[in-house]
Amino acid sequence: MAISREQVEHVARLARLDLTEEEARLYTEQLNDILGFAEKLNELDTKDIEPTSHVRPMANALREDEARPSLSREQALANAPESRDGMFEVPAVFEK
Amino acid sequence: MSRYETVIGLEVHAELSTESKIFCGCSTRFGAPPNTQTCPICLGHPGVLPVLNRQAVEFAMKAALALNCDIADTSKFDRKNYFYPDLPKAYQISQYDQPIGANGWIEIEVDGKKKRIGITRVHLEEDAGKLNHSENGDGSLVDYNRVGVPLIEIVSEPDMRSPQEGRAYLEKLKQILQYTGVSDVKMEEGSLRCDANISLRPKEQEAFGTKTEMKNLNSFRNVERALEYEQKRQADVLDEGGTIVQQTMRWLENENRTKVMRSKEEAHDYRYFPEPDLVQLKIDEGWKKKVQASLPELPDARRERYMGEYGLSAYDAGLLTASKPIADFFDQVAAEGADTKAATNWITGELLGYLNTRDQELSDTQITPKSLAGMIGLIEKGTISNTIGKKVFKELLEKGGDPGEMVEEKGWVQISDEGKLKEIVTEVVSANPQSVTDLKNGKDRALGFLVGQVMKATKGKANPKLVNQLIREHIGL
Repeated sequence: MAISREQVEHVARLARLDLTEEEARLYTEQLNDILGFAEKLNELDTKDIEPTSHVRPMANALREDEARPSLSREQALANAPESRDGMFEVPAVFEK
Repeated sequence: MSRYETVIGLEVHAELSTESKIFCGCSTRFGAPPNTQTCPICLGHPGVLPVLNRQAVEFAMKAALALNCDIADTSKFDRKNYFYPDLPKAYQISQYDQPIGANGWIEIEVDGKKKRIGITRVHLEEDAGKLNHSENGDGSLVDYNRVGVPLIEIVSEPDMRSPQEGRAYLEKLKQILQYTGVSDVKMEEGSLRCDANISLRPKEQEAFGTKTEMKNLNSFRNVERALEYEQKRQADVLDEGGTIVQQTMRWLENENRTKVMRSKEEAHDYRYFPEPDLVQLKIDEGWKKKVQASLPELPDARRERYMGEYGLSAYDAGLLTASKPIADFFDQVAAEGADTKAATNWITGELLGYLNTRDQELSDTQITPKSLAGMIGLIEKGTISNTIGKKVFKELLEKGGDPGEMVEEKGWVQISDEGKLKEIVTEVVSANPQSVTDLKNGKDRALGFLVGQVMKATKGKANPKLVNQLIREHIGL
């Protein structure tokens, strides 16, 4: 499996990354090296093995449903570049 | 008759009624001042870790079980990546390929016909924040109180064939969720939200047509209207030989039309991957059974019970069970020993009428099961007439109190004193000779008129049965 230059550019766009020509070329090459390395795993027979989504062998780390105090509004907004009327102010967006 | 068959599927989001958010301890209370219910976890600050709320998992399981789903033995969370300021982390923690519940169904009824609608999946995820678009367009304001409130997304199969079925499905879904108590299902507060997919295909054709998705359907009426609009729009396009473009539309309530939000080319590529900050969820039989045991009697079962146990009509049983608070109230009135037929009539007639005209909930009134049962008892014993009963009922709704004391205090006790009533009957009979003649000639309507006159003279307090009998005796019938 190889990754194309177009795929790298597509993913960069989705991630809002602005790549130079040189970066796009370099990342395509590096990603293909990584995929090539991972390809080695296909030599193993994993027919009877369940896909792994998490490497830690544990499940059900749960907390009880108890409300705790939140940050004050001032604290919550302290790192916001802009705020107005107690809210985070962001560049105008209309739809998603 | 249209040449097309309509195919509809709905995606419904319901906020779960937990005390705290899904991954942190912030409160989920609705209506708090903006950004007063946030913390580093739900604000997506670097280095924080989410911890899953047990109650949110159990509510999701409960909803899935009530919707006849299979519960997954192993479930996990995934990151859904997109950039939008309602989501401070730039991803939403959701479930992709291992939802908590799958393969369910519910039964709907349209025009007396029952139909089963499949439910593809029920999964758990976090809600996003609320954007306020400013009028002058120089910036949007974000309130993150809602970020991290637990949500379930319920995806139906494309089993609905008309806008009416779409609405009936949503209503039934709301009713079931309300009964389970996992969500307060208020469309006006956004705790229940609906998106719809709709496509048309020529009758007899197997393959689905191209669908469009509609967002922002925030009431039952809007769901039906938007689907009707889109059904017609697509039929018109197809009739003219055009093709449907797969796109997402927004329903503009005030303009009664849909507007394109984005086409398929701009559709999101969410790049889902397993959420590394949360471990797997394993649901064993014991846990499943425990949640199953906590399910209350669901609307269909309760409707059947009312018909079987109390002999109510399907219509009345449907009215009583449409909303859980009303059904619970009816059960409590019955438990107080009231006659269930009378209770049904008072609740489906007077009570629902009162609430509907004022757009109120039962909890906005002062009436209690005990006071309604007491009032029904007073009518049964003949202490008050049905007419006075209506006055008592209104007082109970608006002021509350004990019906027995109320009728004493207000002097509403029915007159069953024969001597007193005979005097009034004599007066009424002599003042209406024509009616007496009519009655003697077999016109029964005249009797009703005379009884009415006596009731009027006593301000509704006379015992109508007794008055009836006294009039007949007086004129020798």
